[in-house]
Amino acid sequence: MPEAKIVVDGLSVSYGALRVLDDVSFDVAPGEFVSVIGPSGCGKSTLFTVLAGLRAPDEGQVLVDGAPAGRETFGYMPQKDLLFPWRTVLDNTTLGLEVGGMRRRDARAKAGELFAPFGLAGFERSRPGELSGGMRQRAALLRTVVQDREVLLLDEPFGALDSLTRTAMQEWLEEVRARYGWTVLLITHDIREAVFLSDRVLVLSPRPARVHREVSVELARPRAADVVTDPRFAAAEAGLLAALRL
Amino acid sequence: MVHRLLPRTLSGSRVAPPLLIVAALLAVWQLAVTMLDVRPQVLPSPLRVVEQGWAFRDVLWANTVPTLQVTAVGFAVSLAVGWTLAIVVDFSPWLRRALVPLLVASQTLPIVAIAPLLIIWFGFGLLPKILVIALVTFFPIAVGLIEGFAATDREASNLLRSMGSGRWQEFRYVRLPGAMPSFFTALRIGITYAVTGAIFAEYVGARAGLGIFMSQQKNSFRTDLVLAAVGVTAVLSVALFGLTFLVQRLLVPWYRAEDRGDVRA
Repeated sequence: MPEAKIVVDGLSVSYGALRVLDDVSFDVAPGEFVSVIGPSGCGKSTLFTVLAGLRAPDEGQVLVDGAPAGRETFGYMPQKDLLFPWRTVLDNTTLGLEVGGMRRRDARAKAGELFAPFGLAGFERSRPGELSGGMRQRAALLRTVVQDREVLLLDEPFGALDSLTRTAMQEWLEEVRARYGWTVLLITHDIREAVFLSDRVLVLSPRPARVHREVSVELARPRAADVVTDPRFAAAEAGLLAALRL
Repeated sequence: MVHRLLPRTLSGSRVAPPLLIVAALLAVWQLAVTMLDVRPQVLPSPLRVVEQGWAFRDVLWANTVPTLQVTAVGFAVSLAVGWTLAIVVDFSPWLRRALVPLLVASQTLPIVAIAPLLIIWFGFGLLPKILVIALVTFFPIAVGLIEGFAATDREASNLLRSMGSGRWQEFRYVRLPGAMPSFFTALRIGITYAVTGAIFAEYVGARAGLGIFMSQQKNSFRTDLVLAAVGVTAVLSVALFGLTFLVQRLLVPWYRAEDRGDVRA
C-alpha cells in the first residue's frame, strides 16, 4: 500500500451526552477512492463536518502528509446541491474561488475550463433552476473540484437523483475521477454505488460510529457499467451487506 | 413564508379582477345614492366625488405633493433604520436577544396617542411626520430582513465556511441575497402603511397635505372632497406598491426566474 495521504486518528465527537463518533481511525492513500457506509444516523455526516473543519473533534486528529489538516485540505460537497438562484451556473461554480480571494475574472476563466468535461458547456449563463437534477449535481461537484483541494468529501452526492440518472452519474464520476486522479471520500447509503466507485469501503457501526469493517474492492479501474456482472463485484456487495447486518 | 397572499409579481391577469370588483361596487354606490336620494353632505355619489375632485384639482394637487414628500422621506428613514437594525441583529446574537423584544414593544405604542405628542415636541414641521411614518413602517421591514437573513440554510453556511469564508463573506454571498424575497414582501407591506401613516400624521396637524386637507373639508361638511382626497391616497398607495415590483425587477431579476421555476417544480 502506498504511503497514506490522509491519516484519521482516533476521532471522537459528542453532542452533549450523545457520543456520535467513537475513536474513528482510517487512512486514505493518494488517488484512492474510499466510501463510507453505515446505518442511518450513525454519524457519517458528522465525520465529514469534522474533516471539512466545520467542527473540532473532542479527541483525535486528522493528518495530511503528516501535518495537521487545515480547512484548506478538503473540498466539501454537501448533500444538497446548494446552487444559489441569484447566481448564474458559472458564478455558482466560482463561489469557492471568490471566497478564497481570487478575482472574479480569473475565477470565471478557471471554472469555465471545466464546463465541457463536466457536461455543462453552454449552460454558463443559465440559472440553476434551468438545470436538470444530474446537471445540478455536476455543477455542485465542479464548484468543489475547482477549489483544488487535496481531497474531495462527497456527502451522498447522488442521493436525491432518480435511479437512472444516478447510475449515469456514477459512471460519469468514475470516468472523470480516473482522468483527474482525485482522492475522494464518499458518503453513501447505496452498497452498489460504494462497490462500483471505491477502492475501499469503510463500514461504520451504529451510533456511536466506529470503523466496523473495511472491505477492499479488487476490481480493475477504470470500471465500465458491465463490471456489475463480475463475480468479484457480487462478492464485494455480499460482503458489505453482511458487514452492515452486524 | 408570511403574507403569501401578496403577489410576487404583477401582471394584467392579476390586476383585472380587482378592478372589475371596484367598478361594480362604485356602480352599486352610485345607484343607491341616486335612488335613495341621500344628501351629499352625508354620502355623495361617486360621480360627484370625481366631479368635485376635478374642480378642486389644483388644491388637491397642492396637498398631494407635501404628502408624497413626507412619505418618501419617512419611508427612506424607515428603510435605513430597518436595514441597520436587521444587520446589527444578524451579526450579534446578544443584540438580537436585546433588541427584538424592544422592536415588538415599539409596535404596541398607540400611534393615535403618540402622534399628537410628537407635534407638541417637534412642531408642525417634517420631523414629527417622518417619525410617525418610520414608527409605523420600520417594523415589517426590520422583521422581514431579520427573518430573511436567519432563514439561510445551515448547510449553505457550512458550505461557505468549508470554502474558508468568514462571517462577513457569508453575509454578502448568501444571507443578503437569500433575504431578498422576504425583504420585498416586507417592503410591500411597509409601503402600504407609509402613505396612510403620512395621512394620519398630517391629520393630527400640518400646514399642508392630504391629511390636513381631509380634516379641514370634514369640518366644513365637504364629504365629497374628503372622499376625493381618499381616492387620491388610494391611487398613491397602489402606485407605490406597484413601484416595488419595478424595483424588485431591477435589483433582483433572478427572483422572477425562480418564481417560474417554483411553478414548474
